[in-house]
Amino acid sequence: MFEAIAFYLFAFLTIAMFYVAVTTSQALYALSALAAGMIFISAFFFILGADFLGAVQIVVYSGAVMALYAFGMMFFDTTREVKEKQGNKAIVIGLSSLAALMVVVIVAAPIVGNNIEAIYPMTEGVGNTQEVGMILFTKYLVPFEVAAVMLLVAMIAGIVLAGKKMDLSLTLMNDTDLMTMKEEDKKVHP
Amino acid sequence: MEIGLNHYLVLSTILFAIGLVGVMRRKNLLMLFFATEILLNSVNISFAAISHYYGDLTGQMFAFFVIAIAASEVAVGLGLLIVWHKKHNNIDLDNMSSMRG
Repeated sequence: MFEAIAFYLFAFLTIAMFYVAVTTSQALYALSALAAGMIFISAFFFILGADFLGAVQIVVYSGAVMALYAFGMMFFDTTREVKEKQGNKAIVIGLSSLAALMVVVIVAAPIVGNNIEAIYPMTEGVGNTQEVGMILFTKYLVPFEVAAVMLLVAMIAGIVLAGKKMDLSLTLMNDTDLMTMKEEDKKVHP
Repeated sequence: MEIGLNHYLVLSTILFAIGLVGVMRRKNLLMLFFATEILLNSVNISFAAISHYYGDLTGQMFAFFVIAIAASEVAVGLGLLIVWHKKHNNIDLDNMSSMRG
């Protein structure tokens, strides 16, 4: 009973938040709605007994990813209204429903075939976090290490891409210095 | 009323459709990134639901790797976006045709 109430409540909230994130013309509203939606999604993970996944969802998405987006938004001019594509509405709606139908087919195909077997069944009397650790560090050790290397590569790429001229403060420089810097920049990247 | 696997799959599909609509109608690249996050999250819900209803941990493992990929995608994508914004002073998708070969 309570599971049903929680499911419908959080389903409504998540859909509403993501709808706002997709349709609003203010970048700040979209960011806040997305952060709220991410937190509501973690509620589903807690309902489903995937405690560790829910905690990771909150930490990674609401903590790291949203902070990164908020940081990135400082670089961009977000106060102006976001212009939208004026495309054919029928094409957009048709393609969306088609893709959604494909997702249903993809997800439902093994259930209809009824041939899903638990490869790594859950252990009785062990918490979710412990289970995840046992499987992650035995069966999925190589993908785990590869993911770690991938995150390292992404971190270095982020530093290299965004960290150019981070030692100079653009707000503290006077106008002539800024102009000379721009001229030099143009010489390097015509 | 019992909440079954189908409830979660339908919810996941609805969220996926919302994300797809976002991908198709957004012109600002930052907003496009938001929509891709919605797509990844909707898939994570169905992974966790299948993992729960079949008593198998593989779904949760996949969800973890999806989260890891999403995090690195954001880091690299935002770095590229900042470089582009410094150079061209906007992040609209329509102006990004100069990469044509």
